[in-house]
Amino acid sequence: MSLFDHKVSDLHELLHKKEITVSDLVDTSFNRIDEVDGKVQAFLTLNEEQARAKAKILDEKIGQANLESLLFGMPIGIKDNIVTKNLRTTCASKILENFDPIYDATVMGKLHQADTVTIGKLNMDEFAMGSSTENSGFKDTRNPWNLDTVPGGSSGGSAASVAAGEVLFSLGSDTGGSIRQPASFCGVVGMKPTYGLVSRFGLVAFASSLDQIGPVTRTVEDNAYLLKAIAGHDEMDSTSANVTVPDYVSALTGDIKGMRIAVPKEYIGEGVDEAVKQSVFDSLKVLEKLGATWEEVSLPHSKYALATYYLLSSSEASANLSRFDGVRYGYRASDAQNLLDMYKKTRAEGFGEEVKRRIMLGTFALSSGYYDAYYKKAQKVRTLIKKDFEDIFENYDVIIGPTTPTPAFKIGENLADPMTMYVNDILTIPVNLAGVPGISVPCGFTNGLPLGLQIIGKHFDESSVYKVAHAFEQATDFHKQKPQL
Amino acid sequence: MSRISAEQVKHVAHLARLAVTEEEANRLTQQLDKIITYAEQLNELDTENVEPTSHVLEIKNVMREDTAKPGLPNEEVLKNAPDHQDGQIKVPPIME
Repeated sequence: MSLFDHKVSDLHELLHKKEITVSDLVDTSFNRIDEVDGKVQAFLTLNEEQARAKAKILDEKIGQANLESLLFGMPIGIKDNIVTKNLRTTCASKILENFDPIYDATVMGKLHQADTVTIGKLNMDEFAMGSSTENSGFKDTRNPWNLDTVPGGSSGGSAASVAAGEVLFSLGSDTGGSIRQPASFCGVVGMKPTYGLVSRFGLVAFASSLDQIGPVTRTVEDNAYLLKAIAGHDEMDSTSANVTVPDYVSALTGDIKGMRIAVPKEYIGEGVDEAVKQSVFDSLKVLEKLGATWEEVSLPHSKYALATYYLLSSSEASANLSRFDGVRYGYRASDAQNLLDMYKKTRAEGFGEEVKRRIMLGTFALSSGYYDAYYKKAQKVRTLIKKDFEDIFENYDVIIGPTTPTPAFKIGENLADPMTMYVNDILTIPVNLAGVPGISVPCGFTNGLPLGLQIIGKHFDESSVYKVAHAFEQATDFHKQKPQL
Repeated sequence: MSRISAEQVKHVAHLARLAVTEEEANRLTQQLDKIITYAEQLNELDTENVEPTSHVLEIKNVMREDTAKPGLPNEEVLKNAPDHQDGQIKVPPIME
């Protein structure tokens, strides 16, 4: 049994009673990384020296203070698109291969305040564009449940490292499903908070109107603790919402009697694997037994979400990624004749294929003569998709469906055609377009691969999402199963 | 009918400051054509009277006092620059 089989609150208690030390927790991480990361390949950069030094400093504090922060000493992994001062941050891109940030993201500042220990930086699809982590410029991360399958993406390293027991928990980012889909594929809990709840300052921007940082954990309770620690208004992010962050853990009562669940027929229809559908219906039975009620509803514009998302996210990406020009930081092509030539060669050599494809799509959609037909049209359809959710939430507390249409697929299987890869995110994308919170919790297995249940809530109502997720988790034992590595 | 030509793809690549080979331009033409064709399903929807959404929350312009604060130290700023000289970032010639 690993220390990471305990919940955060239990580990906190053990630290408090001096039965374990922070160094024990940090050793657990690095020993496990030594043991399995050659196979899983979740990490791009390890922070071993600094992590061990910090553990020693924290261990000296155990006797002195009464450990106010519940996250004190907890080992965490960070997705490599969140900037970490003096710790290499690459976005899994050659263009940032040697980038050494000179400041910390706001979430990193909050984690330092909470006295967590950063173990390292986690692999991802380059600039968070992808659904399998195969678009990483450096390595393929493997799914700990079956090393021939992908961990999902783009936060593949964040989900795989937690599932493999290399860290207690991690941070990911989610633009169209990039926390929830890998959490589903790897059998862990992944939360995409309401847009604006967690500061994006220091999150390398992909699509600014959709990106959110969120926690990946083994249990719902740990997830609620970690979100509480990173959420809150930040004047460094003008899209950060000025709302009070509630105590999410107090919502974890197990009591969901009378809660009203909506199940969109579009989420259990054509294209969704039979085993996935069955796991959702089985999960609804569990929730019914606990006193919730459910009804089938319609989110009529769901089928347009994928096209809307690719137009909007690629357009925003084409603008955001213009900063990678070889001037101030990152890779620069060496044999350029003039500045324009340097820009073009740097970007052609530094970016991977998928990133270039999306920059091209976005530049096209924003270009003169096409802006109204593609970009503006997609923004209007986004309004309709958002309205679908608002209509449902007038009468229901949460929306439930699968996180993904299928379990994890084989490495290489979906690489040939970009469209087949994109379809993976069809059930998670509408949530980002509407800006509402969504979680994926383990809800079953098929052929030895985990499945995830997606629970979606109203804007800033993470508490209801956690309440239902926690009640479900406590009534089932999927989260207790571990991959054999 | 194809939605985008190889010539257009090369023009867009220029706008995006991406060098592309003939082969890449041809491949991108096919791939983008497929994606754009898929995206045209949005035309099934009448959005004549629908307001566009650029942002999901009701946040308007966020203002702050325009007060001077210390900047970053020069050596920190230059730390990641591929080339620099005399405290300035250096780039290839801008004009011939």
